[in-house]
Amino acid sequence: MSLDRDALAQIGHHMATTVPQAAALGFRFVSAGDGRGTIEVPWREDLVGDPDTGVIAGGVVTSLLDHTCGLAITSAARTEPFSTATLDLRIDYMRPAAPRAGVTAQAHCYKLTRSIAFVRAQAWDLDPDDPIATVQAAFVVNRAPSA
Amino acid sequence: MSDAATQKNAAEQLEAFLQRVPYVRFLGMRAELAGDEMTAILPFQPHLVGNTHIPALHGGVIGAFLEMTALAQLSVTQASTRVHKTIDVTIEYLRPGRAMTTYARADLRKVGRRVANVHVEAWQEARSAPVAALRGHFLLAGD
Repeated sequence: MSLDRDALAQIGHHMATTVPQAAALGFRFVSAGDGRGTIEVPWREDLVGDPDTGVIAGGVVTSLLDHTCGLAITSAARTEPFSTATLDLRIDYMRPAAPRAGVTAQAHCYKLTRSIAFVRAQAWDLDPDDPIATVQAAFVVNRAPSA
Repeated sequence: MSDAATQKNAAEQLEAFLQRVPYVRFLGMRAELAGDEMTAILPFQPHLVGNTHIPALHGGVIGAFLEMTALAQLSVTQASTRVHKTIDVTIEYLRPGRAMTTYARADLRKVGRRVANVHVEAWQEARSAPVAALRGHFLLAGD
C-alpha cells in the first residue's frame, strides 16, 4: 500500500505524539513527504542541559534527530510503518542552541534498500540555514512480510 | 590533598553536576563512584520507551545517556564551574535497550588542553553484552 501525503501526515503526527519518549519530550509533527520528515520540540525548563545559559540539552536533540530519521524512512518507504532500529548515529554539534529556544529537525532518507536505510539530518533553532547539529545515520529496516 | 579529600571532592563534583542539569533529572540518571571509576545508572521508566512493542528504550535516550555519562565523568576529572560542550559523538547500537536498568562507564582516552576524546559503553544484564557504545569529542570549559 502506498501512502498519500495525508496518510503520511497522520502517521507522522502519530509517531511524534504517541511514542512515550516523544510524548514526554513534547514533540510536534511538522511535515513529511519525498523521503523527508520534520519534527520540532518546544523549549522547556526541565529539558535544559546547561543551567547557566538555559540552552536545551544535547540529549533532547539526539532523541529528536533519531526520531525524525525514523519519520524520513517511513516517508521514503511510503508504506505503513514498520519497525526500524538505529545502527549508528553520528552527530556533529556546530554550536549550542539559542537560550530558551526550541529545536526543529529535518531528516532525509536518501537511500533505502530492503534492509538498510541511510539518512542525513540537521537540527536548527531559528534559521534552517544556520544548523546547530548535523547527523549521518544508518538504520536496519524490519519490513512486514507482505511488503 | 589527601586521597580521602580528593575522593570527597570528586563525589561532590559529580553530585553537583547531576543536580545542576535539569535534563539529567528528566532522564532520571544517577551515578556512583568507586575510587575514580564512575558508573552511571539509568533506571527504567515508561517515558523512556521508543518502541512499545518490544518494549525498548528510545535510541535517542540511549545516545543521550551515553553522552551524559561522558560529561559526568569529565565533571569528576576535569572540574569546572561550567558544563563541557559536546563537539561530536558517534553512537553504535549493538542490542535493543530492554525495559530494565541500564549502566554505563566512560573511558577518557585522551584529555588534552582543550579537547577530550571519550569512549562510553552501556550494558544491562551483562557487562560483556553491551547495548550501545559512544565515541565522542568534548570541548573542555575553562574556569
